[in-house]
Amino acid sequence: MDFFDRFAVPHPSFLIYASMVAIGLTVIAVLVGITYFKKWDYLWREWLTTVDHKRIGIMYLISALLMLFRGGVDAIMLRAQLAIPDNKLLESQHYNEVFSTHGVVMILFMAMPFIMFFFNFVVPLQIGARDVAFPRLNAISFWLFFMGAMLFNISFVIGGSPDAGWTSYFPLAGNDFSTSVGSNYYMIAIQIAGIGTLMTGINFITTIFKMRAPGMKLMQMPMFTWSALISNLIIVFAFPVLTVLLAMGTMDRLFDTKFFAIGDGGSDMLWANLFWVWGHPEVYILILPAFGLFSEIISTFARRNLYGYKSMVASMVVISAFSFFVWAHHFFTMGQGALANSFFSITTMAIAVPTGVKIFNWLFTLWKGKIEFTTPMLYAMHFLPLFTLGGVTGVMLAMSAADYQYHNTMFLVAHFHNVIIPGVVYAMLGGLTYYWPKMFGFMLNERIGKWTVWLMSIGFVLAFIPMYITGLDGQARRMYTYSEATGFGPLNMVAFIGAGIMAISFALLVYNIYYSVRYSPRNIGNDPWNARTLEWATHTPVPEYNFAVMPQVKSTEAFWDAKKNGHEIFKGKIEKIHMPNSSGLPFIMSCIFFVFGFSMIFSIWPLAIISLLGILGCLVYRSFEKDHGHYIPVEEIEETETKLRGAK
Amino acid sequence: MKELFPIKQVMGFAFSLILTAVALLVYFLDMSFTAGITILLVTAFIQAGLQLVVFMHAGETEDKGAIYSNVYFGILVALVTIFGTLLIFVWDM
Ligand code: HEM
Ligand SMILES: [Cu+2]
Repeated sequence: MDFFDRFAVPHPSFLIYASMVAIGLTVIAVLVGITYFKKWDYLWREWLTTVDHKRIGIMYLISALLMLFRGGVDAIMLRAQLAIPDNKLLESQHYNEVFSTHGVVMILFMAMPFIMFFFNFVVPLQIGARDVAFPRLNAISFWLFFMGAMLFNISFVIGGSPDAGWTSYFPLAGNDFSTSVGSNYYMIAIQIAGIGTLMTGINFITTIFKMRAPGMKLMQMPMFTWSALISNLIIVFAFPVLTVLLAMGTMDRLFDTKFFAIGDGGSDMLWANLFWVWGHPEVYILILPAFGLFSEIISTFARRNLYGYKSMVASMVVISAFSFFVWAHHFFTMGQGALANSFFSITTMAIAVPTGVKIFNWLFTLWKGKIEFTTPMLYAMHFLPLFTLGGVTGVMLAMSAADYQYHNTMFLVAHFHNVIIPGVVYAMLGGLTYYWPKMFGFMLNERIGKWTVWLMSIGFVLAFIPMYITGLDGQARRMYTYSEATGFGPLNMVAFIGAGIMAISFALLVYNIYYSVRYSPRNIGNDPWNARTLEWATHTPVPEYNFAVMPQVKSTEAFWDAKKNGHEIFKGKIEKIHMPNSSGLPFIMSCIFFVFGFSMIFSIWPLAIISLLGILGCLVYRSFEKDHGHYIPVEEIEETETKLRGAK
Repeated sequence: MKELFPIKQVMGFAFSLILTAVALLVYFLDMSFTAGITILLVTAFIQAGLQLVVFMHAGETEDKGAIYSNVYFGILVALVTIFGTLLIFVWDM
């Protein structure tokens, strides 16, 4: 029995047992359902083994939406606990586990896959390519991310969740203070997902450098592709730090090394330092693609070209470098002197300048534009003022002397939600609405969509503006409760109501998907938004090979110029097309990674060694495998083309 | 015959062996910590550059510009990280 004791949850409660039952039932239902409808073969052939960037993108999207739901439920629990003083809904240990999970899930398993979805689905289409540079690697990236995310998500029912915050600072996350396996989950699940992300970075840099349509110069790439390039560049330079950091943390926890120990030559502060060396660039990895999406949306619906293309690119390049120069602003209060703090204060404030340049460029794009308020545009219009507010409070936090007052209060929590939600989440949802018709061949309902945006913003303002105030009044972050005498009660109640409204808005989004699947018209053509870039030049649904004829590009807005100025983008005749083969190896190898991670977390060494050998086996197999892809013959392409043209 | 003989690679190989030997001296000779670390750092960086240019063909294709800018950017990030950390932990703690 001893062996199984380790899988018990250290702080069980009714909710956790209920979740176990619910998870068990869902898994059984899904398996039975797939078997009953005989979908195993379809699932394996079309999805689990696919190397098609569009399908991989859609799988990222589904994962991201599921994780948004999971993180959202956590958020509601946190807000419900804080809604009234001295609340007993969650005990302190549970509160810790819930906010740690919420943070990790939202950043690494919701926002990251969401941007990966856009990279995958949009970038190859936007640059006129037929796939990414390394399709097989792309599948591995996705499955590693997915297995890492799943591993993290089972922690709360098997062995216990991490409870040291999403930052997992030592010494709290060390063995002395975190005795459950929770922090092992943190170290290893994120490691597995992070390796996938690193490979995505390499893959997309190569894709963007090497696979652009003939004629497309770097300075003619659509703005989203530029933002993807810069974001992936930051990934390649920042994620290795995370890899090393998590490896050191794993060794401290599992093998008793002393990297982050107090004494014995270790330094606990080194964790905070290295964490943010990765962590700050990470927030730019998320926000730059969001900016890219807003650029596309704003120029499409202001019906004019993006103002200040060059300065947009330049500001992103500057941000990519500067995002590595500011990390210490996350721990101004750690004990370093005024000189170091001043240095990082100034670099932090400097980074607001290129960001400001972008805001002005969007405003100038709107100026004299013929603005059309579609749902994606509405997201962008709510983003501009709300994000600016988050930016301004960011500059307040950047003043190191003042930060002694704000640090670790709800003011900070309000700030980063203020940039992440209107910045990243609005871009993701707006972009999703924008690209939905390209993926599925019908539009999401506009009326419900606009209600979603308005409810989201009302909920957001109610949920987070009060936190600025209670934060300044001294309400600490990560505190599971407060007494009535503090007077924080009413504002926290407002915040709870706001969170509830945001939840309604999310439900409305889900309802919108259901509603549109049933009632939306299907004959929308290839270019329902009257857009400007290449992804709208091909058919809807996008055929496997994306473009029957490689597009020839002469200008920044190739498709717009084709429509309005008579540029011809599809010259030449159809030839046979070379495409990569599907492969089950990425999925299988990632499953073994899952087993490896699980056995490391619970220190089951024999299984860890066996699965490590399995991973090596997959690598060796791949090295000797002969896979030259396949050709789609001309007749087949012509057939598909006629069919898709007819479908219009 | 001259084109067939990879003179650059052979020279590079010899040079990288020499660098390794020099680095090994730190272990075999009795020198101060500063001198040892200096030798290790210098030989390590030359070695890395050598591998990149001679054996990984960094400058031999039209991607030269992209490859070298990436390398320079990497060096910049690494230096900022190291010196920033030193500033926080040593010079101003
Ligand atoms: C419905 C929307 C949301 C609500 C109501 C909400 C609420 C909260 C609350 C109450 C905390 C804990 C504060 C504390 O006690 O320290 C928190 C922490 C956090 N949230 Fe959210 N959140 C929401 C959405 C998001 C999103 C979309 C993201 C990221 C993309 C995010 C990222 C984080 C992070 C990183 C933390 C810090 C976790 C930690 O302390 O380790 N949240 N959130
Ligand atoms: Cu930061």
